[in-house]
Parts: sequence; C-alpha cells; structure tokens
Amino acid sequence: MSHKKVPLLRLEPRAETARVMVYAAPLIAVVLTLIGGSVLFALMGFAPHVALYNFFIAPISDTYGLSELAVKATPLVLIAIGLSLGFRANVWNIGAEGQLTIGALFGGMVALALNDLTGWYILPLEIIAGVLAGMAWAAIPAFLRTRFNTNEILVSLMLTYIAQLLLNLLVHGVLRDPAALGFPQSKAFSDSTLLPTILDGTRVTSSTIITLLIVGIAWVVVAKSFVGFQIRVAGLAPAAARYAGFRQPRLVWMTLLAGGGLAGLAGIFEVAGPIGQLQPTISPGYGFTAIIVAFLGRLHPLGILLAGLLVALSYLGGEAVQINMGMPLAVTGVFQGMLLFFLLACDVLVSYRIRWRGTGQGAVTGARAAKG
Amino acid sequence: MFLDTTGAIIAATIIAATPLLLAAIGELVTEKSGVLNLGVEGMMLVGAVAGFAVDSAGGGAFGGLIAAMLAGAAMAALFGFLTLFLLTNQVATGLALTMFGTGLSALAGQGFVGTTVPRLGKIDIPLLSQIPLLGPAFFSHDALVYGSVLITAAVWYFLYRTRGGLILRAMGESADVAHAIGYPVIGIRFAAVLFGGAMAGLGGAYLSLAYTPLWAENMTAGRGWVALALVVFATWRPWRAMLGAYIFGGVTIAQLHVQGMGVSIPPQLLSMLPYAATIVVLVIISRDATRVKLNAPAALGKPFLPTA
Repeated sequence: MSHKKVPLLRLEPRAETARVMVYAAPLIAVVLTLIGGSVLFALMGFAPHVALYNFFIAPISDTYGLSELAVKATPLVLIAIGLSLGFRANVWNIGAEGQLTIGALFGGMVALALNDLTGWYILPLEIIAGVLAGMAWAAIPAFLRTRFNTNEILVSLMLTYIAQLLLNLLVHGVLRDPAALGFPQSKAFSDSTLLPTILDGTRVTSSTIITLLIVGIAWVVVAKSFVGFQIRVAGLAPAAARYAGFRQPRLVWMTLLAGGGLAGLAGIFEVAGPIGQLQPTISPGYGFTAIIVAFLGRLHPLGILLAGLLVALSYLGGEAVQINMGMPLAVTGVFQGMLLFFLLACDVLVSYRIRWRGTGQGAVTGARAAKG
Repeated sequence: MFLDTTGAIIAATIIAATPLLLAAIGELVTEKSGVLNLGVEGMMLVGAVAGFAVDSAGGGAFGGLIAAMLAGAAMAALFGFLTLFLLTNQVATGLALTMFGTGLSALAGQGFVGTTVPRLGKIDIPLLSQIPLLGPAFFSHDALVYGSVLITAAVWYFLYRTRGGLILRAMGESADVAHAIGYPVIGIRFAAVLFGGAMAGLGGAYLSLAYTPLWAENMTAGRGWVALALVVFATWRPWRAMLGAYIFGGVTIAQLHVQGMGVSIPPQLLSMLPYAATIVVLVIISRDATRVKLNAPAALGKPFLPTA
C-alpha cells in the first residue's frame, strides 16, 4: 500500500450527497462559463468586458428585452420539463427537436385548415393536434424500446432528421402559400388561430402562462405523486424498482409520451405565437438546448424554470453580439455547450470530495481503519 | 457503358461509406473499452473544420488529416477527462460534446464558408486499377479509402489477436476485475477514447477534404449518429462495421442517383431514407436481446472509481 503511487487528484466518495453542492454546482458552472466565455471573446479579438456586457446585460436592459426573454424561455422550459421526467428514469429522449417540429407541423396544419373560421374552439383544437402529434412521434421510440429493445437515443434522434425533412417537404409543397412568390412558407395564421398576446407591444402570449401552470403541475407530480416516486426509483435504483414491481415499459411509455407531448406543445406554441405561419425552420435548436436546461435545473421543475431563463439569455446574447459587435451567431452554441460541460464537471462535487496529493491522507486512512 | 456506370456507383458507395466507417471503427474501440461516447457528431465536425483550415492555410491534405485527428482527439480528451476522471454521466457528457463541437466548428469555420481546397488525390493501384469494373470500383481511390480498410483490419487484429486487445476488451467487460488484476483501467480507457476521437476527426476531414472539398456548417448531417448506430448494428465487430458502413453508403448513393435520374419523388422523401434505414437496422439487430447482450461490452457506460 505504502509503495503505491498516489495519484495527483483523487475522488473520495462522500458518505451522503452534499446538499449545498446540489445548489452550488450550477452557480459555479455559470461563473466558470463566464470565465471561459471571456477567454473565448479575448481569443476572438474582442474586449471581454464589452462582449460580456453585450451578451448578458444589454439584451435584458429594457422591458422589451425582458419580454423576449420570456418568449425564448417558454419553449425551453416546456420541453425541459418533459425531458426531465425521462432523464430521472434513465429514458434518454434526445429527439425533442423532432417532436417539436411534428407538433408545429400538425398543429399548424389544423390551424391552416380552420384559418378562415372564427370560434373559441379553434385554438384548443390546434393545440391538441400539436400535443398529440408530438406524442405520436415520441411513441415510435417508446414502442421500439419496449417491444424490440431498441436504443431510444438513436431512434429519437434519427426521427428528428426525418421530421425536419417532412416539414421541409410540406412547406415546399402542399402547404406553400401561392401568394408567397415562391418562398417556402404557408399562409399567415389568422387572428383566430393565433395565440393572444398578453402584454401590448411584446410577443409574449398566453403560452407563457400555460407553461408556468405546467411547471406547477410537474412539481406536484414529481414531488408528491406515486408516479413521480416510481420514476425516481427507476432512475436511481433500477433493480429496486423491478423488485418493487414497477413496470419499466410503462415508465418508458409515460416519460416519452410526456416528453413528446410537451415538445409538441412547444412546437404549436411557436408557430401559433412568435412565428405565425409554417416555414422550413421552426426552432433554433430548442429541443437540444432544453437538454442543457433540464440538467442545469437539476431535473427539478423550479430549477428548470430558472435555468430556462438563463439559457434563453444565451440566445438573446448571441443575437445581440451578432448585431452589435459582428460576432458569428455560433457563439451561442459554444456558450451552451461550455455551460453543460462545466455543470457536469461541477456535479462531481455533489457525490465526491476532491483530494489532491498530500491532502486529507490522514483522514482517509483514519476512516478506513475505523471501518475495518 | 454498363460496366462503367456500375463501377462508378460502387466507387461512389465506398466513398460515401468511408467517413462512416472511420468514425464507427473509432467508436467501436472506445465502446469495447467500456466507454460510450455520444459526441461522435461533434468530434467529426471539429475534425472537418480543423482539416479544412490547415489544408487551406497551405498545410496540404496530409497536414489537414493530421490536424483533424489531433482536433478530434483533443475533443475526446475533454470527454475522457470529464467521464473518466470526474466520473460525469457518459450520455450527458457525450451530448454536451456534440453541442459544443457543433458550435465550435461553426465558429471556427466562419471564414471558410464558400472557399474550397483541392480534392484529396486518387491513387491508382498499378495493374489492378486496369481491370474492367473492379478497377474503377475498388482500386482507384484516395489514400483514406484504402487507409480505412487497413485501419479496420488493424483494429480487428489488435482486438482479437493481441494481448493488448484482450486487455482493452477486459476493461469493457469488467473494469473492477481488470483493476484487481492490476491493469491501469483509466489510462487504457483514456487511450481508447482518444483513438475514437482521432478516427472521428479523420472521418470528419474525409467529408471536408475528399467527399465535398469545402466547409459548411453542420456538414456531417447526422453521420456521427449513424456511426454510433453502426457500432450496434455491427454487434461491436470491426468487419461487420465495415459491412454496415458500405450498406449505408449504398443507400445514400442510391437515393442520390434516383434524385439525379429525375424520378418524380420529392428529394426530401429520398433524403429521409438513410435515417429511416438506420432505425430499421437498429430494430432488426436489437430485437434479439440475447445476441446484443452477448456481444455488447458488459461494462459499457458504467463509471469506474478505482478503490485504493
């Protein structure tokens, strides 16, 4: 033992998870991302403090900016809530982008079919269509995983490409507005098929309120319900879940359908809200970015709400530095990837202590002696 | 005429398959050591842009390929550090790697959009390339096509005919046992992850230097994910990965030819084919649960914390 080389860095399992670190890790990750971002900006030849100001502060320094934050956060939070249920149960739906696209497409087709009518029932109909379409798209990986043991990660991702091609096909074809001068886009939605805005002069619609309601419902489901308990056990201790008789296939179905339904909802909210028509691109990667939101929010509904606002800011910030400083929009993606990296790395502090060579040796051997 | 066309179609199939094969063979080695890296797409993109950048800066095609391998390996090192040393969740870290790589490559590639480099040169194998049909189909390719076949053979030989390969596979079956025997689990896994990254980078560079010698944002278009599916399809065996890659290359080329012939099927429907085929193939392979269980590395995706 004594002659064995002691590694420079060693992880020591904590006896119990550190509550403080559960909440501190996301904050540390955000700070590290800011530092990493400064380095990135400096490498690109921009003054870091100016760039950071333009990225994080300028976009939300007026009311309109704040309202845009809500517009961007709404789909992210909705999707992340759905994904978090699956991630808790070790069901990896990473095709939310495709489920969003299909929700937007089918919800949007219902809206276009009813475009010339008026009536209170039109909006609910298109929203239900969007949700059902998203669920149907997620049902494919659910069915293949439960019936054929097929990996849901790869299937849900492949379906994303197929969904985007399907949308592309239809807006170039049957859904194309003949009056659009050859542009691949549908007719604009009429007032009766658009979600009402709730703040004058902004793009915030009732979808934001519905999203807040869903956050509340999800909180109750995760924290208080038996289903939520089953989901948590299945993720933390699959063997215990099996022993207790929780049916794994049912959890796969439920979490994927919930994820697909909420992604579909986000899709129809986008086209019936800020976009107002069908076009080849519906989302700037909300379905993928929501994965970051889910993790950053600790898979907890309230955490996801906060994380959604922060990550929404990275979209606004990316647009702002593009307009104000001429930076490429891809900066957003780099920031988001960096944030997730740092978060995952910081998470190690929740279950482990980091010991550097020469520190804490006595304590460890002492503990070991006590155990033996 | 018929022979020429057939030869050209086979050659195109092989070319379309090569980036998939390179990425899949790298990931196969990584997974055999027990590590699941879902960041293949991101590593390919970074490799593609690094290779293109070095080539267009005058580093030559060879320099570009080296740079692509280094860039892919650097991305993989990031993944390896997080998953092997900090024990992060491999699925989530792989996803992060893909997102980060997508953003980083788009950022780095800004200045190269719309530019081009000379296509990787073809090497005719003397005599063999003169054979009708077979010559143009198999013996008149660029160095990386031949290289990818050699790499597949070398990986097969290493994994199944050498002691080192046996040790690497042992990591994938049970890290704890391998550790107890005295093998440096983390070091060997890290090396396997680096190899996977270098191959993904090389596969990416094949796209930007040989397949379509230009850089475009997101130019891999899901090929990294198809490569991951190929590893499952191959039940973690190198030669089957090659077979799978060539089948996918065939599907890709077939749909391009159908589009080119002016058949009135919308191009979007045809473009769905490779993705749909991936799903079908995955279902066929994984429905036999015992076969997957027998072949999949038992410790795949499980974190390992050395005791004592």
